[in-house]
Amino acid sequence: MELNAKVPDGPLAEKWQRYRFDMKLVNPANKRKHRVIVVGSGLAGASAAATMAELGYRVQCLCFQDSSRRAHSIAAQGGINAAKNYQNDGDSIYRLFYDTIKGGDFRSREANTYRLAEISTQIIDQCVAQGVPFAREYGGLLDNRSFGGAQVSRTFYARGQTGQQLLLGAYQALARQVGLGAVEMRPRTEMLDIIVVDGRARGVVARDLVTGKIESHLADAVVLATGGYANVFYLSTNAMGCNVTATWRAYKRGAAFANPCYTQIHPTCIPVEGEFQSKLTLMSESLRNDGRVWVPKTPGDKRAPQDIPEADRDYYLERKYPSFGNLAPRDISSRAAKEATDEGRGVGKTGLGVYLDFADAIQRLGASTIEERYGNLFEMYNRITAEDPYQVPMRIYPAPHYTMGGLWVDYNLMSTLPGLHVIGEANYSDHGANRLGASALMQGLADGYFIIPATIGDYLAGAELAPVPEDHPAVRAAEASVRDKTQRLLDVNGSRHVDSFHRELGRIVWEKCGMARNEQGLQEALQRIPEIRAEFWRDVRVLGSADTFNQSLEKAGRVADFLEFAELMCRDALIRRESCGGHFREEFQTAEGEAVRNDAEFAHVAAWEYRGDDAEPVRHVEPLSFENVHLAVRSYK
Amino acid sequence: MNLTLRVWRQDGPEAAGRFETVPAPDMSPDMSFLEMLDVTNERLNDDGKEPIAFDSDCREGICGACSLVINGQPHGPMRGTTVCQLHMRSFRDGDVIVIEPWRATSFPVLKDLVVDRSALDRIVEAGGFIGVATGGVPDANTIPIPKDVAETAMDAAACIGCGACVAACPNASAMLFTAAKVTHLGVLPQGQPERYRRALSMVDRMDLEGFGGCTNYGECHAACPKEIPLETIARLNRDFLVGSVAGRTE
Repeated sequence: MELNAKVPDGPLAEKWQRYRFDMKLVNPANKRKHRVIVVGSGLAGASAAATMAELGYRVQCLCFQDSSRRAHSIAAQGGINAAKNYQNDGDSIYRLFYDTIKGGDFRSREANTYRLAEISTQIIDQCVAQGVPFAREYGGLLDNRSFGGAQVSRTFYARGQTGQQLLLGAYQALARQVGLGAVEMRPRTEMLDIIVVDGRARGVVARDLVTGKIESHLADAVVLATGGYANVFYLSTNAMGCNVTATWRAYKRGAAFANPCYTQIHPTCIPVEGEFQSKLTLMSESLRNDGRVWVPKTPGDKRAPQDIPEADRDYYLERKYPSFGNLAPRDISSRAAKEATDEGRGVGKTGLGVYLDFADAIQRLGASTIEERYGNLFEMYNRITAEDPYQVPMRIYPAPHYTMGGLWVDYNLMSTLPGLHVIGEANYSDHGANRLGASALMQGLADGYFIIPATIGDYLAGAELAPVPEDHPAVRAAEASVRDKTQRLLDVNGSRHVDSFHRELGRIVWEKCGMARNEQGLQEALQRIPEIRAEFWRDVRVLGSADTFNQSLEKAGRVADFLEFAELMCRDALIRRESCGGHFREEFQTAEGEAVRNDAEFAHVAAWEYRGDDAEPVRHVEPLSFENVHLAVRSYK
Repeated sequence: MNLTLRVWRQDGPEAAGRFETVPAPDMSPDMSFLEMLDVTNERLNDDGKEPIAFDSDCREGICGACSLVINGQPHGPMRGTTVCQLHMRSFRDGDVIVIEPWRATSFPVLKDLVVDRSALDRIVEAGGFIGVATGGVPDANTIPIPKDVAETAMDAAACIGCGACVAACPNASAMLFTAAKVTHLGVLPQGQPERYRRALSMVDRMDLEGFGGCTNYGECHAACPKEIPLETIARLNRDFLVGSVAGRTE
C-alpha cells in the first residue's frame, strides 16, 4: 500500500488555486452521466450531495436517520471559525492555519490545513446567502466570539445552535436538489459494505431499515461522510446512532485507517450520574468565554461551592496557563480537570467533576447578557441536573466528543481505495492530534461545499469506469456477506442484550485508552477486547427478524464493529510512543505533567491496512514535513 | 420509582395496533424518560420479548428524532422540552404512564412508537430554502441585517422538525412547522426574492400530504419543544394571501 498524499507543488498559499486550474474537468453534458453516492447527510454529506447535484452529477444520498436533517452535526453548539478578520484583531488565513496546526500538536498535513483556513471565509459567505441566522451586532454586521486555542475572535455563531443552523442550511440546499429530482434521498438506510470492482469503489450495499431489505446501489464514485467513532467509549456526547460501521467496513475493503488513537475528550460536559446513563451532554466550549473553571484547593473539601471563599479556590487553568486561561485548548483543559480530580479535589457526588462558575461574569455583565449569550445552554443544564447555573456553578467533566482519526485521505480527499472519498469527521485529515473548537463545522463544510465537488471531477474525468451490471459477482458477493453477517447476529440467540457488551467495551476503552494511556493499560485492553468480542458472538441475544424494522439488530451490527475497531485504536495508541494532542501517554510527560512529543520518531501519520480477520494489520507511515511552520513545543502559558 | 407503562405496540404499518401493559419497576428519578425506556427494553429482551421500538438520536433536544405522546401530550408534561430531556423526576412513584406514537394520517406508524415523518421533508423540498447554489455569493457583511430581524429569524429557525405540532393539533395540521420556515426565510433580506412563491408552494405541498387546515387552536405552540411563536402562522397567512390574491410569485 502506498500513501501518496498528492500534495500539489507551489507555495503553500497558492497550492489550492493552482491545483484547481490543473484538475481535469467533466463537461456539463457528461456530468449527468456520472452517478455519485454520498453516505451520510451531516454538514459534510449534505453540502457535498447538494453541491455535486447543482453541478449536474446524479447523486444518491443515504442516511440512517429518518430525515437527512437529523444528522449529528445538528448538535454542535458553539460556532464555526473563519479567518474573516471582521473584528480587526489581527486574524488572517495564515493565523487560522497556524493555530490549527499548532492546536493539532503538529500532526496534520500543512497543505490540507492551509486549504481549510483559506476556504473558511467562503463558507461564511455561502451560509449567510442561504439564510443562516448568525448572531449580529446592532449595526447589522456579523458578531464573533472567542474559542479555545485562539487569541482572536473568529467564531461565528447562531446562539448555542450553530450546528443546527448550518445543517439546516445544507439540508435545505439538499432538499432543493431532491425537489428538483437531482438527488435521490434514501433516509433510514444504512450502508453495510462497499462494492469494489476492478480495484475501485463502485457502490455500496445498504440495508433498508424499515423493510430490512438488503440492496446494492451502484455508482462511479462513493463519498463517505459518516462521522466519527467516539461511541466506541459507549458514553460520549455523540448521538445514539453514531457508529464506526461505514468507515470500518470500508477499511476491510482496502481503505487505510489513519491515527485511530487520536480522540478528543471535550472538557465541558455534564458529569455522569448513574449506571443507566445512555449518553453525555456537552456544554459548549463557548461557556469558557465567561465561565471560570475551579476546584477547591484542598482535597476532600466537601463544602458547598458558595461556602468556599476565594482563598480556598484553585482557578487551575488561569494559574497554569495565564495567557490562554480558561480558553486553553480542549486536550489540555481536559487533562487538567483529570489531574485535579485525580488529586481528590473533584466536586459533586461522584468526585468526578469541576466547577464552571459564572458568578463573576454575571456580576460584571448582568444576568440578562449571560442569558442572551448562553440562555439555552443554562436551560439545558438545569433540565438535566435540576440545578440553576445562574445561582450555583455548573459541574462539568470531560467526555469523549470527537475523533480526529479516520480513513486516510490524500489531498483530493480520496482514500487508499480508488473511487472511495471520505469527508468531514470520517476522514483523518486536518486536525492532527487535537481539534480546536469551532473547527469541525468549518472542516465539514469546506470538504462538502468546496473541496469534494472539485476533486471528484478530477477523479471521474481520469478514471475508466465501465458500467457494472447488477449481477456482477462482486456485487453479489458483497450482498451475500452482508446478509450472512446480519443473519449470524440473529442466530447467536444467547442471553445478554447488546448494550451490556457496548457498556463493557466502553468502560475498558475509557479506562485504558481515554484521557491518559500507558503501555500496561493498553496491553490489558488489547487482551480484554478480543475476549469481549468472542463473548459477544457467543452470547448476544438479538430478537426479531432480519426482514423487518429491527432496532436491536441495527445496534448489534454497530457494536460488533466497535468491538473490532477498538482493538485497532488501542494498537495504534500502544505503538505511538509519545504524547501529542488528545493522545497522552503517561510515560511521555514533563515533570509538570505536560505532553512530550517525539518528532524524531513520530512526526508522521500512521495508516493501518487490513490484512484479514486473522492477520495483524500493517502500519504504514506518511511522513509529515513542515516547510512553513516551525515545529515548536506547544505552549499556552 | 415503580411505574406501569401502557405502551402502543404495532408490528408494522399494515398491522393492527394495541396497548400493552409493561411494568417498569425500580427506576431512578434522575433518569431521562428515554433511559427509563432503555432499561425497560433491556428487561424485555432478557425475558425474550421484543423491545419497544422508538426513535431517538441526539438525546439533547436538538435532532428532533424523539416523538412520543405521553399521557396525551406530545413530548410529555414539561413545557418547551423534548422527550429526551424529560426526566423521571417529573413523574410520581406508582404512576401509570400511557405512551403513544404521533397520531396523524400523514405520519403512518412504522412500528410501535416509530412513525414516518417524511411528509415534513417534502414540504421543505417544495420551497423551504433560499435558492442559491454553492459559490458566487457576496461577502457575508455586504448584507447587513438588523439585530432584531436576525433574532426573529432565529426564533423561527429553532424548529427541530419533530412534528409535535402536528401530533398536538386536533386537525393534524403542519401549519406551525411550515410557518416557522416561511418566517425564518421570509423576514431575512436574502429570502425576499422567493418569499411569496415559497409560502404558496409549501402550503400546497402541506395540503397534498394530507395535513389538516389551521383553525387556531394553538395546541401546536403549547406542545412545541422549541416554543415557536404562534405569530409565525400569522406571517405565513399574510405571505400566502399576498402571494395568492395579489398573484405575486416573486
